[in-house]
Amino acid sequence: MSDRPRGPAFYLLALFFAAFVAFLYGPTLTILVLSFQGPQGGLTFPLNGVSTHWFSRLWSGMGVVDIWAALWRSLRLGFVVMALTVVLSFFAGLAFRKHFRGEGALFTIAVASLIVPSIVVSLGIGLEFRLLDDLVNAAAAATGWGWLQEHGTLMGLYTSALGAHLTWTLPFGLLIMFAVFNRFDPAYEEAARDLGATGAQTLRHVVVPILGPSLVGVALFGFTLSFDELARTSQAIGGRNTLPLELQGLTTTVTTPEIYALGTLTTAMSLLVIGLALGTGLWLQKRKARRALLG
Amino acid sequence: MTDIALPAPAEAPAATAQSLTRTARRTRRLAYLQAAPLALVFLVFFLVPLALTVMVSFWEYNEYEIIPAFTVQNYVDVFEGCLSTSDPCTTLRTYLSTLKFCFLTWAFTLLIGFTVAYFLAFHVRSARTQMALFLICTIPFWTSNVIRMISWIPLLGRNGLVNDTLRSVGIIDAPIEGLLYSDFSVVLAFVHLNTVFMIVPIFNSMARIDRSLLEAAYDAGATGWQTLWNVVVPLTKPGIAIGSIFVITLVMGDFVTVGIMGGQQIASVGKVIQVQMSSLQFPAAAANAVVLLGAVMVMILAMTRLIDLRREL
Repeated sequence: MSDRPRGPAFYLLALFFAAFVAFLYGPTLTILVLSFQGPQGGLTFPLNGVSTHWFSRLWSGMGVVDIWAALWRSLRLGFVVMALTVVLSFFAGLAFRKHFRGEGALFTIAVASLIVPSIVVSLGIGLEFRLLDDLVNAAAAATGWGWLQEHGTLMGLYTSALGAHLTWTLPFGLLIMFAVFNRFDPAYEEAARDLGATGAQTLRHVVVPILGPSLVGVALFGFTLSFDELARTSQAIGGRNTLPLELQGLTTTVTTPEIYALGTLTTAMSLLVIGLALGTGLWLQKRKARRALLG
Repeated sequence: MTDIALPAPAEAPAATAQSLTRTARRTRRLAYLQAAPLALVFLVFFLVPLALTVMVSFWEYNEYEIIPAFTVQNYVDVFEGCLSTSDPCTTLRTYLSTLKFCFLTWAFTLLIGFTVAYFLAFHVRSARTQMALFLICTIPFWTSNVIRMISWIPLLGRNGLVNDTLRSVGIIDAPIEGLLYSDFSVVLAFVHLNTVFMIVPIFNSMARIDRSLLEAAYDAGATGWQTLWNVVVPLTKPGIAIGSIFVITLVMGDFVTVGIMGGQQIASVGKVIQVQMSSLQFPAAAANAVVLLGAVMVMILAMTRLIDLRREL
């Protein structure tokens, strides 16, 4: 097939693909351009001059909404989710390789967590924490202990929101680890063991370096999915919103290109993270190849 | 020498067997330990919340609080008026509207996703180019959905690029009103956001197809279409099923896309739940969530019958 000349089907499909890429990126490019709209410009074309006016407006804050605090919260949460996703999926992947009783059930639950509608998961976690709050309040009233009084709510960034994000990122992480371990040659570990390495040494010096690029991939999923998560967070966060939640609110209230500037900024951050991850992955792969040549 | 050496083979198997079972036991204990954190997260943030949702859906409530007393009133409320045949009840209408979005999105994402994956898998010859183009398709998935929705405003708005272009070319006199904040823009955004969920699993299935099968079909005189329909499509079914499950559940439970792209005017099942949550009617929201979950599960079960998900990875 590959040695045959390209037929008209190839060119038609290539055209279709190009159109799809335009569809995928076109809208984002328009708001990128419009975020540099002049001070008198509006939400649509034409460009009324070129300026960074809306970025400086954004920099000085967006009125009532503290967008920078929300961004900072989202970033912190994103990194925590990323770290937990990598570590938990990696070890779970190892466990599934060894096989254990209940592995089928755990796998089904992970897949279910991925495909149960986000609003249902979010509502469930929201209810759980409300009921927990009620319990704590009841305990406080019953015992009169000082440290239980007026605790506010247990709901928060690193409790309910973190959990909600993990129900979304962990299944992706686990599925990636499955795919990775299916292609992993156990001979490397056996060689390490034959040379007298302990289990921990084998993990640290053999398995992790070989899987490095894939772990970076899991990290990328963990961070970006958390950083942009909205539906699962919506009912499972206390009073302080993450950036996507603030963004959703702003879509109905902000009618200036300021929101495009914010869009450009968030997209740039996501792209930076993606670029970093892909770069690190490639670098790890290259280094591995080079070491294999030298070794 | 021989006296000392002889017993060794006799003893060795026993010792090995013993250490083997000890190693096996240790390995299994380690496996439990390694899987436990993940299992714990799913227990606390997925299984228990689901169970609580079902429980609370049978509770009573008033304006101030939820009351742990058994009632089926919440479910009665969900289906109120649904037995009347003359005009459909709110729940039925909402589900029909959501199902319509679901079907349209599914059809478009499948068509586009399959075509893109087919191009990548069978027409791009260098593995490096294939990887690069595949990445181009997935990168937007890692950026913000809300921003990607907002980015349609300058294109579809009343004075947007589409209306302006059509007007300057002379195809229309007055701007088309229904481009933004309509069923059209909702489906457009769904397709825009979710096609990646079709491309990835379908591409994955296609990448596993043995190329010699296509050669065989070609040698046996099959046309391109015949090969596509009789060889590629059947072998791609698992990927299609996985992609379909993703798209269906994402659209069925959605309230963000319908909210933003519908100008907060279009109803959806997810939006009903969200509104009830924000007005603190938790048991009512829970009952709606349970009904939604049931509907989605029925749709998914039909598809999982077709595939063994674990074998696909």
